[in-house]
Amino acid sequence: MTEISPTGEARTSRLAAEAVTLAYDRRVVSTDLTVEIPDGSFTVIIGPNGCGKSTLLRSLVRLLKPSSGQVVLDGRAVSDYRAKEAARLVGLLPQTSQAPDGITVADLVGRGRYPHQGLIRQWSPADKEAVDRAMAATGVADLASRPVDQLSGGQRQRVWVAMALAQETPLLLLDEPTTYLDIAHQIDLLDLLAQLNRAGSTLVAVLHDLNQATRYATHLIVMKDGAIAAEGAPRDVFTPELVHDVFGLPCVVIEDPVSGTPLVVPTSLGHRE
Amino acid sequence: MSASLDLPEAPASAEQARAGAVRRTRTRAGVVSLSLVAAVVVLGLVALGTGSLRMTPLEVVDSIRDLGAGYPRYVVLHERLPRILAAAVFGAALGLAGAVFQSLTRNPLGSPDVIGFSTGSYTGALVVITTIGTSASAVAGGALVGGIGTALLVYALAWQGGVAGFRLIIVGIAVTALLASVNTYLLLRAKLEVAVAAATWGAGSLNLLTWGDVVPALVLIGLLLPVVAALSGPLRQLELGDDAARAHGVRVEPVRLALIVTAVGLTAAVTAVAGPIAFVALSAPQVAHRLCRSAGLPLTASALTGAFLLLLADFAAQHWMPQALPVGVVTVVVGGVYLLWLLAHEARRKAA
Repeated sequence: MTEISPTGEARTSRLAAEAVTLAYDRRVVSTDLTVEIPDGSFTVIIGPNGCGKSTLLRSLVRLLKPSSGQVVLDGRAVSDYRAKEAARLVGLLPQTSQAPDGITVADLVGRGRYPHQGLIRQWSPADKEAVDRAMAATGVADLASRPVDQLSGGQRQRVWVAMALAQETPLLLLDEPTTYLDIAHQIDLLDLLAQLNRAGSTLVAVLHDLNQATRYATHLIVMKDGAIAAEGAPRDVFTPELVHDVFGLPCVVIEDPVSGTPLVVPTSLGHRE
Repeated sequence: MSASLDLPEAPASAEQARAGAVRRTRTRAGVVSLSLVAAVVVLGLVALGTGSLRMTPLEVVDSIRDLGAGYPRYVVLHERLPRILAAAVFGAALGLAGAVFQSLTRNPLGSPDVIGFSTGSYTGALVVITTIGTSASAVAGGALVGGIGTALLVYALAWQGGVAGFRLIIVGIAVTALLASVNTYLLLRAKLEVAVAAATWGAGSLNLLTWGDVVPALVLIGLLLPVVAALSGPLRQLELGDDAARAHGVRVEPVRLALIVTAVGLTAAVTAVAGPIAFVALSAPQVAHRLCRSAGLPLTASALTGAFLLLLADFAAQHWMPQALPVGVVTVVVGGVYLLWLLAHEARRKAA
């Protein structure tokens, strides 16, 4: 297992897991796990099924309480935050969500404003502007009055991203955002996320596709058996040895002809030398 | 505080489309709600003037304002108003409870009368009737305890590190079946006249209600309404799924428990006084949803639809039948047809 430290430059982190143990009931997924999310990064977590990547993501956004250790947000344990206060700082695109029957795109995106609203302070001009910005950024503004259940899968996922954006959090976590999309919509969505990242959002996404991960991540976290196998810039950490060790996949790593990032090319039995 | 995203402005046309869409939906819900209020008031006035002493709606208003003679005023205020007001408010409470439960379970079948609370109330009432007696307050107490006890039982049995909607329904239906057989057993064991009294109560009836019966329920419902209003925001978030709701800062389990307790309270308050009135909670939210074309189940319109449906059912039971029937008989017949349609419709939708 390779431990690769981040490159020397000073780096700040608003969100971190400190020595967390993560478990569902009695099944322990991760023990003593420490992870920092670099500010301004597009961090991608990869690893084989069951390695604990979604579990880590869930703990970062308060969906799973660590059985020991703590998740720290802006220097304070996230468990000390009021729920809405934390929700104004960290947003989530869940793996599965349900749209209420008959809801329109604009209405659904508006639901993302909940953490900014209270019993007294209901819908405000600021909410409206945030919703409009989120719909424009995700290219769904023209669909505003359409019912969500009439949209295609790709459009629908953009609407869910818009809802998360309307929350206006500096940090946004995405749990397998590309899973149910066909390939063109996957790239489409990842391009959108990269654009949001350049505009200033810190993003953390769990992805399945290694080549998409290396292409879009500015910071890569590779997990195996609930622990970090490697982390850092994709170019620095992504080697054939790592892929073989973590995924059990013999491969060569070449340069992606389009993006110049590491590209995994599996070697299969029939083609091995 | 937050590095908000520097994103381009939405084009004006799209923004207008958005504002228009939201306004249309809200306006429609508003118009539907106002129409329902008008319908409830008119139907209520007609019902107050119908019976052996017939009055026009205007005469009814006059008699309430004490402009008419003493006798009509007595009939309206003391004989008819408790029943009419109970029909409207109980219908509203059932419609609201149904909307809350169906939203929580994300299923049009997730209604308190389907998942056991009404049956449990009946069990509680039967135990009291067969052991203590048929005094109204004792029966009401038994029904209250039975309904809330059943809710706790269903919640506990459905709990699995949180309560999922579908599990709640399946467990609720199983508990309903179990309690129904307990109810039959209790009825068979009872003396004949006790069994007849119990069966009448079990049909769900607003007959012979006095202010003394109705007021405690009205007070309890009045106390629960603001609680539902306060929880309506988090409820809308729960419609998005637990993960999204949590990520938006909703404390999911406490909110869900509070909503369940409130909706059970609404159902139990009605059942304790009037017996189990089936299908209002099941159908009112779905009717309101289709009338308003709203996102999710509209709470206000569901309550108003429930009020209208129960008033109408009670009016029909009293005046349109060859002989006056308990309102529960009418709602069961009408609701049974609705349930068949719902099941067929859902099956078709799943198949499509």
